Amino acid sequence: MAVRGRRRPGAELSLPAPSALELDRRAFRARRSRRSTLVALGSTLVFAVVAYLVITRSPGWPRVQSTFFSLDNARAAFPDILRGLWLNVQVLVIGGLCVVVLGLGLAVLRTLRGPAFAPLRLLATGYVDVFRGMPLIITLYLVGFGLPALRLQGVPTSPFILGTAAIVLTYSAYVAEVFRAGIESVHPSQRAAARSLGLTHRQMMRIVVLPQAVRNVTPALLNDFVALQKDVGLISVLGAIDAVRAAQIEVGQTFNFTPYVVAGLLFVLLAVPSARIADTVSARARRRQQSGSVL
Amino acid sequence: MSPVAGGPVLDVRGVVKTFGENVVLRGVDLSVDEHRVVALIGGSGSGKSTLLRCASLLEQVDDGQVLLDGEDITDPQVDADAVRRRLGVVFQAYNLFPHLTVLDNVTLAPVRVHGRSRSEATDEARELLDRIGLADKAGEYPDRLSGGQQQRVAIVRALAVRPRVLLLDEITSALDPELVGEVLRLVREVATQGMTIVMATHEMGFAKQVADTVCFLDQGVVLESGPPAQVLGDPVEPRTRQFLSRIIDAGRL
Ligand SMILES: Nc1ncnc2c1ncn2[C@@H]1O[C@H](COP(=O)(O)OP(=O)(O)OP(=O)(O)O)[C@@H](O)[C@H]1O
Ligand SMILES: [Mg+2]
Repeated sequence: MAVRGRRRPGAELSLPAPSALELDRRAFRARRSRRSTLVALGSTLVFAVVAYLVITRSPGWPRVQSTFFSLDNARAAFPDILRGLWLNVQVLVIGGLCVVVLGLGLAVLRTLRGPAFAPLRLLATGYVDVFRGMPLIITLYLVGFGLPALRLQGVPTSPFILGTAAIVLTYSAYVAEVFRAGIESVHPSQRAAARSLGLTHRQMMRIVVLPQAVRNVTPALLNDFVALQKDVGLISVLGAIDAVRAAQIEVGQTFNFTPYVVAGLLFVLLAVPSARIADTVSARARRRQQSGSVL
Repeated sequence: MSPVAGGPVLDVRGVVKTFGENVVLRGVDLSVDEHRVVALIGGSGSGKSTLLRCASLLEQVDDGQVLLDGEDITDPQVDADAVRRRLGVVFQAYNLFPHLTVLDNVTLAPVRVHGRSRSEATDEARELLDRIGLADKAGEYPDRLSGGQQQRVAIVRALAVRPRVLLLDEITSALDPELVGEVLRLVREVATQGMTIVMATHEMGFAKQVADTVCFLDQGVVLESGPPAQVLGDPVEPRTRQFLSRIIDAGRL
């Protein structure tokens, strides 16, 4: 630490250099945090080495290695799987956006008060009950095969669009409940403060309640987002060639399971950045709002 | 941990606290003897709350020491939870737990932290609530009480753990004069029973009546301290005088 007074050229009163006692304390804290980092690192390392040894020394390992971790098979399957993954990403982005909008709308409908809104509330509640309860795979079949079978004018037949629609139906029901929990977690005094400033109900929701609600449920939303990232793979049941389907085709030809591992790893990689982004966002919000540094 | 006979209960020595570039405390010294009431006065933003938060280990000091019964509680090796168990804190914004009833707010720490039996803690809490005239609100939730009632509950919650020192942060800032009177009567009563109290306040009249020592906090240091009659009646420092004359103009002394 430099002398603090020197770092604040603008201040009219500068602080003296930290005392020996304070320097001791800082050194102690640094030592302590170094020690706990080392302990954490060390124990992780030991675990990794033990796991590695146990697995690679197991009697079945050579066999497993050649059927699940074959580099040649991975290389051959990779381009197709990557192309399929692009489809998943498209479903994810488009579907994700629709889910947020629809989920938020449903949540707001469900939190409306007063008898005038009873039908809307009821409708939203029914929607959530149905699509949250229905297994995704069944919704996929109903929407993906049932809807085109009606042969109505203008109903799309692409498995991509139908699959996305089914996923949006299910996930917006989940996400609506998460948002609703968030909205209800905002302390009533906030509503009182907002309304007394003259904000309308709509402004209050948009400017005061929803930002706090979303912050409160960011981890839960992220959880659903990662679940969504994996479930977009289910559109393969409608015949869309996504990463899972591409891997399946490859496996069917070679009887080697490596393509599944490749697809799985790609899905994991897809999930990592969004997790880190959400961590950063919520950490920044916390820093900005908190009043004490210790707790 | 046994009290040092005769030594101060709370001893703040050269405490420095900065928030980024903002130096809020630049070497505060403050010593509080047992059974004494010290009032912190000073302009808004002068660091009264920050000092109380440093003393209750809610903020980490950037330099200096805080001693509680002679033990350096700013030492990173002390168990902060054990220290906080010996302190009672009442916040400027009450900070009652809205999801618990008044009674549960009061008995929470005695039962969960200090391991007292629930029935004993409940009896004691009811007695305290009775003393502040809120016995009939024991089952209510805090949001359904008036501001003054919440404030009194917050004081009782802090008292229920029988702290060594009570740290009060502007506990009357949100109340009407009548409620101010009520809350202040409670504090005075607690003080006469021998509690050691440090309180930040804008109520000069109250500081005058209850405090043994008044400390004027200005530009990050205790600029002037002494008996209320001297500091409030005949201050030495020009800045204290200026601050007080502003308050007299506002009709608050
Ligand atoms: N967590 C924080 N982060 C950054 N700055 C802070 C923080 N807490 C307090 N401050 C700053 O420290 C200064 C002192 O604040 P403090 O709350 O201690 O004042 P105060 O004397 O209690 O004022 P008041 O009489 O209005 O309650 C203010 O300038 C404030 O902006
Ligand atoms: Mg304050």
